[in-house]
Amino acid sequence: MATVDLPRPAAMAIADPDRLKHKFSRNIKERIIEMILFLAALVSVATTLGIVFILFYESLAFFRHVPLVDFFTDTMWTPLFSEPRYGIAPLLMGTLVTSAVALCVAIPVGTVIAIYLSEFAPFSVREAAKPFLELLGGVPTIVYGYFALVFVTPLLQKVFPGLPGFNMLSAGLVMGVMIIPYISSVAEDAMRAVPMSLREGSYAMGATRFQTATRVVTPAAISGIAAAYILGISRAVGETMIVAVAAGMQPNFTINPAEPASTITAYIVQVALGDLPHGSVGYQSIFAAGLMLFLLTLVFNILGHWMRRKYREAY
Amino acid sequence: MGATTTGTDLHAGKLRALRALIASHKRWDLFFASVGVLALMFGILAFVALFFDMAVDGVPRITPDFFASFPSRRAENAGILSAWVGSTLVMLVTALAAVPLGVGAGVYLEEYAPRNWMTDVIEINVTNLAGVPSIVYGLLALGLFVYQFGLGQSILTAGLTLALLILPVVIVATREAIRAIPVAIREGAYALGASKWQTTHDHIIPYSMAGILTGVIIGLARAIGETAPIITIGALTFIAFLPPPPVQATAPFVNFEWLTSPFTVMPIQMFNWTSRPEEAFQANAAAAGLVLVVMTLVMNALAIYIRYRLRRNIKW
Repeated sequence: MATVDLPRPAAMAIADPDRLKHKFSRNIKERIIEMILFLAALVSVATTLGIVFILFYESLAFFRHVPLVDFFTDTMWTPLFSEPRYGIAPLLMGTLVTSAVALCVAIPVGTVIAIYLSEFAPFSVREAAKPFLELLGGVPTIVYGYFALVFVTPLLQKVFPGLPGFNMLSAGLVMGVMIIPYISSVAEDAMRAVPMSLREGSYAMGATRFQTATRVVTPAAISGIAAAYILGISRAVGETMIVAVAAGMQPNFTINPAEPASTITAYIVQVALGDLPHGSVGYQSIFAAGLMLFLLTLVFNILGHWMRRKYREAY
Repeated sequence: MGATTTGTDLHAGKLRALRALIASHKRWDLFFASVGVLALMFGILAFVALFFDMAVDGVPRITPDFFASFPSRRAENAGILSAWVGSTLVMLVTALAAVPLGVGAGVYLEEYAPRNWMTDVIEINVTNLAGVPSIVYGLLALGLFVYQFGLGQSILTAGLTLALLILPVVIVATREAIRAIPVAIREGAYALGASKWQTTHDHIIPYSMAGILTGVIIGLARAIGETAPIITIGALTFIAFLPPPPVQATAPFVNFEWLTSPFTVMPIQMFNWTSRPEEAFQANAAAAGLVLVVMTLVMNALAIYIRYRLRRNIKW
């Protein structure tokens, strides 16, 4: 298109009269391709809009039956009873407890692995460990769920004899193992991004590796490490199959991890497994639960990415 | 004389204290290095325990019959035929949808996108989508695909849902692969009169192929193990038949009926068996889990290998 305005030798135009036509068709083709690629990029935006639309649409219908006040203050979640009560608190509590147990495992172990791989490990160990951690993160969550139910729970029952077959402790512990690679890889990236000159300065002052790692590199990478934790929390909150399989699916308003309980995600699975008719309050309730989950993870994700970007800009 | 002696003593004492300090610091170093190795071992041990626990229960069940039988009420007759066929077909739909969309979006964002608010929105959006829990995609599919669009609880719905789920993975991998290509390649192509699309099609996409492939394989490995979104769309768990075959002997040779067929997939089958109380079904669950883990491990290992080869071979 721009070529039309360009001054050019008249002789050339006469010699090749099709030149302009070719360029025109080529430009059209270019524009069409750009449009197609743009539409492909727009699919991701459409996905988000679709998620937000469907969650709000069905939740609105749900909140026409259930007052918002009850939803947030009631401590019973019994949607399948003849007198259903819809208080999100027990599900939130289950999510909170399982996530807390998971983070008690994943944060210390993930952080130590990150510091070790970034500051201590010889090159060969790091090269071998990173793909292995990736594999650990690639194991399907249903397999972790099976592991929690069939291996970890019986093991825990030997230590705590009164432990029920479904409990949040076992689900949380296994979930922690699942999140370790996630936390360690983001935290390690943050630590590797700390410039070498800071470490060299520290070593030049006579500091040991441990001192350099804990007093120089870790504080310098702290926002990236915090981002790793926050993204880990988001993962734990949204994890479904481990809790659905190993924690039992009964809503239970308790902070005792040794008890069975349901989480937001496990409840959605439970309803989907039964056959509630489309359009019933029970059907709508999973969208209300999903909306809570979506908003919760959204807050953590935005916070996490904001912190992650912050450390990138620091150097 | 006395003063010098105390001076030397003091000196020696300080030296000893300093040495002790250095030694204690070195001990801390050693201590932390061992803690680090222990933490790594913990991860490795957890995986080994998981794998062997499943292998002990599951290996006796892995026979050719297990792959060739439908699920059954009797555990010893049950198999994963409908599950692995379902998984394969769903993955086919997922790959066919996610690869063009993801690569297209990645190419657009790296090569075409102008610096404006629209591009910012798309970028932030992709980052956030990557963090949305998979079960929320299931709700999207249940509300939109199954009921609003009327696609039903079909292979098509499941495939499209998983495609949306892994779209961020493919987009990010494409972008990273493209970003590694030096500007000189593009400048060279433009200098020879190539248009933007010719540059992209003839140079950018081929050179980033290995990186894109890595992302696609990792994405598919994730999709094949996803359970929650498929359960949420209400996929049946007891399927004792196969979808109509996609290829047939008579014209027009291809058949798209399988897209609308009910189905089951490997993780659903495993979940179904896991949630049954009988011991015998637990063995089936272990066997199915073993097959699933080996599948995802092979896919991930392939992706890691491609990336390793790529890092070694390409020197710009």
